[in-house]
Amino acid sequence: MTDRKLTTQKAIAEAIALEMRGDDSVFVMGEDVATYGGIFGATEGLLDEFGAKRVIDTPISETGFIGAAIGAAIGGMRPIVELMFVDFFGVCMDQIYNNMAKIHYFSGGNVSVPVVLTTAVGGGYSDAGQHSQTLWGTFAHMPGMKVVIPSNPYDAKGLMTAAIRDDNPVVYMFHKGVLGLGWMTPNPRATGVVPEEPYEVPIGEANVAREGTDLTVVTVGLSVHRALDAAEVLQEKGISAEVIDLRSLVPLDRETIVASVQKTHRLLVVDEDYHSYGMSGEVVSTAIEGAFDYLDAPPVRVTTPDIPIPYSRPLEQWALPSVDRIVEASSNLLVAG
Amino acid sequence: MLTLISPDGTVRDRLSMTLDETRQLYVDMVEARTYDHKCMAMQRQGRLATYAPFEGQEAAQIGAAAALRPDDWVAATYRDAALMWRAGYPWALLIAGRTGDERGGQAPEGVNVLPPSITVGGHMIHAVGLAWAEALNGSDRVALTSFGDGATSEGDFHEAMNFAAVYRTPTIFLCQNNGFAISYPREEQTRSESIAMKADAYGMPGVMVDGNDVAAVLTVVGEAVARARSGGGPTFIEAVTYRLGPHTTSDDPARYRDEDEAGEWRDRDPLERVRALLERAGRWTPQWQAELEARSSQVVEAAVAEAEALPQPTAEEMLSRMYAEPTSALQAQIDEIDP
Repeated sequence: MTDRKLTTQKAIAEAIALEMRGDDSVFVMGEDVATYGGIFGATEGLLDEFGAKRVIDTPISETGFIGAAIGAAIGGMRPIVELMFVDFFGVCMDQIYNNMAKIHYFSGGNVSVPVVLTTAVGGGYSDAGQHSQTLWGTFAHMPGMKVVIPSNPYDAKGLMTAAIRDDNPVVYMFHKGVLGLGWMTPNPRATGVVPEEPYEVPIGEANVAREGTDLTVVTVGLSVHRALDAAEVLQEKGISAEVIDLRSLVPLDRETIVASVQKTHRLLVVDEDYHSYGMSGEVVSTAIEGAFDYLDAPPVRVTTPDIPIPYSRPLEQWALPSVDRIVEASSNLLVAG
Repeated sequence: MLTLISPDGTVRDRLSMTLDETRQLYVDMVEARTYDHKCMAMQRQGRLATYAPFEGQEAAQIGAAAALRPDDWVAATYRDAALMWRAGYPWALLIAGRTGDERGGQAPEGVNVLPPSITVGGHMIHAVGLAWAEALNGSDRVALTSFGDGATSEGDFHEAMNFAAVYRTPTIFLCQNNGFAISYPREEQTRSESIAMKADAYGMPGVMVDGNDVAAVLTVVGEAVARARSGGGPTFIEAVTYRLGPHTTSDDPARYRDEDEAGEWRDRDPLERVRALLERAGRWTPQWQAELEARSSQVVEAAVAEAEALPQPTAEEMLSRMYAEPTSALQAQIDEIDP
C-alpha cells in the first residue's frame, strides 16, 4: 500500500496522463490547457509528456472546440475538452445539450459520443457572478449527459478515469475550492492519499463520507467539506450527522439517499447551486418519494439564494452555504417536526 | 499600419492636432497609468478583487476615447478602464466596481458607458444594437466597442460584424490586439495575416493602426467616427499594442511568454514616445513631469478614498436590484439566511 498524497488538481492531471499513456485515442483540448497547464492546473505537465498534437491550446472559440471534440468522438477518439469556467456555457450550449447529449439518441444508439467535458465550478474567492456559479443543476436537468463532481483527490482521479473510459458524454465538474491551488483559501481536505495505479470510481454511486444517526446531510462538491466540518461541530453538541457526497448527479444514487433518510428520519440538503429548480429540490423529492413515511420533519435546504453570486467578499460569504448555516439549519431541524 | 509618432518621439507625418492637445493626451495617459498601478497595488493589499491591468495599452484607449463625443456610446471590457474613464466614467466608480460593489456599475447621468463586459465578446453586438437604435431614432450618436484579439475567435464577433455591416449601423469596432489571450499568442489565435483584414469579408473598412501611438489611434478612430456619424456605416480598427502586465492578478505570464519580448515592447512604450516629442518641442521638463505625477496620484487617491468611503452594500440591496419590484420568494430566501 502506498500513502502517497496528491492535491485534487494533480490527481486529475495524473488520471488523464495514465489514460493517455494507455489509449492513443485520448487527447486534451481547450483554452490555456497546454502551455499554461489549465488555469486551474487540471492539465499540468501533459504538454511536456504528450506534445502539442495531443494537448491542444485553442482559440477562444468554445462552440468550435467543443463541437470539434464531438466530431472527433464520433470518429473514434476520446477527447477531453475543457470549458474554462462553467459560466461560459452560454456561448456553446447548443453544441453541449442539442448535439453532444442527443446525437447518440438520434442515431438510434448507433453513434457513441465519448467526450469528457471538464469545467471549473464554484465560488468563494470573489470572482463575481460570471465566474463563480456551479450550474450543475442546469446540466443535470438536460438528458443525455452524465454529470460528476468530485470533492477530493481520490474521487477526482477515479471519476476522471471512469469518465474517460465511459462511452457516454460525461460532464466533469471540478470545484475550484477542492483543487488545492496555492492561490485559493488553504483547504486541508484538498490533499489526500491517491493510489498511483489507475482505478475507477463508479459513476452514479454516492459516498457516505461520514456515518451518523440523527440527520442526513446530502451534498456535493466543496459543500461536502463544509458539511463534514459542520458535522464535527454538531458532534460536540451531541448531534450525529450522516454526510452523503453524491459525487454524481447523473445518474443520481437515489437508493443511498433513501436508505439514509430511512435511518435518520431527517434530511438537510446543502447545495451551492441556486435555490430554485435545482439539485436540492431533486434530492428532497427523492426523499419524499422514497421515504415519506420515515420523515419526522420537513426536509430543509441550505443553498445559494436566487441572485447572481456577489462580487463583494462579505456578501459572497453571506450568500454561499457555510459551516455556520449548516450547523444552524441542522440544529433547527433536530427540534422540528 | 499607421504610425504618426515613432517610438523615439519623432513625428513621421503631420499631426492633425496641436501641441496643447498632444500634451493633454499625455497628461491623460499618465493619469491612467497611475490608476492602473494603484489598482495592482490595492489588489495585492487585499483591497480590490481580481484586477485586469491595461499597462501598455493607454494610447489605444485614451486615443480612441478622445475621438468620441461625450454623448457617444462605449461598450468595453474589463481591461478598458482608461477608455471608460476618458469617455466620462469616474475613477471612483471604476474602483468601487473592482472592490465588488455593484454600485460601481451605475454610470452617472449622461455618461453613455456600459458596465465593463466580463464575458469575452458578448458586448460587441450590444454596441451594434445601441448604434442601430440611435440611427433609428434619428440621432447622430455612434457606438464604439472595444475588445481583444482573442475575442475575434468567438462566434459573437462574426454575428456582430455581419449585423453591423448588413444594417450599416454607426458602430466602431476597436480591437486592441495586445498579443495574448491569457497564454495564447496572437499568431495562434488566427491564421489571418492581420485581424483588420477580416473586415473585408464583412464588407466594411478595416484599418490597422499602431496602438501605442495615441495620435495615430485618435486619427483613425476619428475618421471612423466621422464616417459612422454621417451614415457611412461601421469600421473595424485593429490597434496593435501589447499587454505589459499579466492577464489578471490571478495570472503568471512567466509561464508562457518570454520576458525579453515584454522588454522590447517596453521600448515602444506609448507614454515615452509622446514625452520625447514634447521634450523636443520644449513642452516637457522633469519638474513638470514630477508635478504631473503628483497631481495624478492625488486624483487617484481621492477616487480611492471616495470609493472606500461608500457604506458597505447590504443583502437587502441585492434584493432590490434583482427585479423592478422585490419578490416575496427572494425575500423569504434572504430571511432564511438572516432571520
